[in-house]
Amino acid sequence: MRNTFADTFYEAGKTDSRLAIVVADISPAGSIAKFREDSPRRFINTGVAEQVMIGLTAGMAQRGLRPFAYTIATFALFRPYEMIRDDLCYQNLPVTVVGIGGGVTYSTLGATHHAQEDIGLACGLPNMTVIAPCDPAEVLAATKWCVTQERGPVYLRLAKAGEPQLTTDAVEPWEFGRLRHLRRGTDVCIISYGPILKMGLELAAELEARGQSVGVASCHTLKPLDREGIIQALQGHRQVIVIEETTPNGALGQQVKALAWECGARCRLDTFALDDAFHHVYGNHAELLAAHGLSTAAMLERITKT
Amino acid sequence: MLRNTREADEALRRCLNWRRRILAVSQQVSALHVAPAFSCIEMVDAVYFGLMRNGPDGRPMDAFVMSKGHGVMAQYVMLEHLGILTRGDLDDYCTARGKLGAHPDYGTPGIEASTGSLGHGLGLACGMAYADRIQGSDRVTYCMLGDGEMQEGSVWEAIMMAPNLGLSNLVAFCDFNDFQGLGRTRETHPHFYPLAEKLESFGWEAIDLDGHDWPTVVEAVRNRQGNKPLMVIGRTVKGKGVSYMENVAIWHYRSPNQTEYQQALDELAAAEAGIPA
Repeated sequence: MRNTFADTFYEAGKTDSRLAIVVADISPAGSIAKFREDSPRRFINTGVAEQVMIGLTAGMAQRGLRPFAYTIATFALFRPYEMIRDDLCYQNLPVTVVGIGGGVTYSTLGATHHAQEDIGLACGLPNMTVIAPCDPAEVLAATKWCVTQERGPVYLRLAKAGEPQLTTDAVEPWEFGRLRHLRRGTDVCIISYGPILKMGLELAAELEARGQSVGVASCHTLKPLDREGIIQALQGHRQVIVIEETTPNGALGQQVKALAWECGARCRLDTFALDDAFHHVYGNHAELLAAHGLSTAAMLERITKT
Repeated sequence: MLRNTREADEALRRCLNWRRRILAVSQQVSALHVAPAFSCIEMVDAVYFGLMRNGPDGRPMDAFVMSKGHGVMAQYVMLEHLGILTRGDLDDYCTARGKLGAHPDYGTPGIEASTGSLGHGLGLACGMAYADRIQGSDRVTYCMLGDGEMQEGSVWEAIMMAPNLGLSNLVAFCDFNDFQGLGRTRETHPHFYPLAEKLESFGWEAIDLDGHDWPTVVEAVRNRQGNKPLMVIGRTVKGKGVSYMENVAIWHYRSPNQTEYQQALDELAAAEAGIPA
């Protein structure tokens, strides 16, 4: 994901001299290194200093540049949260804050490096746009959108490197602010975002094997949320399942539940998210997710319960 | 030398008028930040009337960021005088029908940044100055900080970055009135001072001077080295210009009553009588 981001940003930066990137001692190699060589003045490394990373992007945006801030999600969003709120959101500036390692991606590094609560926190900010692509192809589309957008601040949540493509056969293209159906089904609709969407596809296969028609959708834009698209999913299926790699408060599951109430949905609704807890578990990503109750088997057990 | 010149006398007179105007606005509302504005008035006036260059439209082409957002009354009254804000804007200060609040709000004419939460303005000013630099603009960005604000870690991140980014087009001021919420800054943080050496060791030019001495402030900035960011540490008096407000903590956020208001006007009139005609 980070390489796709870097490549896409680099290509856009060739033709748009307003694009700049401010990193805090963490930078994708490859294309961003090339960007730095080509345009040294549009690359800033603040070092281990995230508050001024955001302050700089804000001031630069106020002077017409289109800066991106980039570091590990916990340090991109949590550490300078008030700078993001006041400098970027309150002033409504077109700055993209890129957080890598969303959720518990950095599974062995402990909760200091887990952006577990990032979606709820980012969505809670007025003027903020929140995008979480599920695979490199969606990172490409989302980054292309970010480099030209004029709406205001964006939190672009990425994982790390090596994620598989999940949307190659998608029945719908990526479109900002729109729930994207990757495959259609008539019984069950699984809504997810980020690389954990892969688990949604696995779950779909299990349910299909049990004779159900299952659709899977990528809710890559968490804010503004595609209310209509979600309401249609709630009204058009017998069961809706939300899977997300973030803590529940303020995240997608709670918002879908609220929409279900608003639209009087009659479907069954199951939501899966990280626990609202710090688990002192150190293993691979799948093991961390399992410690939070997020595995295909555990989900299958819950959703097939009557 | 600016001292004892007509330009300096006019500045003295202007600064008395800014104080009068702020006091007049104070009578419209139950409370406002009088003393934090009075401590930085001469330095803000020095920026707007001694340092900034005007564009062809007669408006400043340089930028001023009020990082100590609670000092913004000093800026509002000058923007009113410059025609960037209107009298009506000030009349409606802190009312639902108006547009001016107790802290600066980006989007308001003449206001470069939404501040009020301390520790934001210098980082923003660095970003502005850097963008100006790489886009070929010769704009100078001025930024006013409070001495209490200097305790914010984010300020030091910006202090660290400004010389790294070669921001010789950045001039910051520290309104060193020696007050913060719970006491005098030199007593709450005795080992934090002196500041000038710390800034110099971070790669800044730093000048320690009397922040109410307009000619000194203007000359210090005009005669700066010009190859590094500059921090003017202006030693000031909180509530400067009205005897009962000076160094009295309650005037951080309070409006004088009618009697106090009249006394303040009398004191300002007496000060004006001492300025050569």
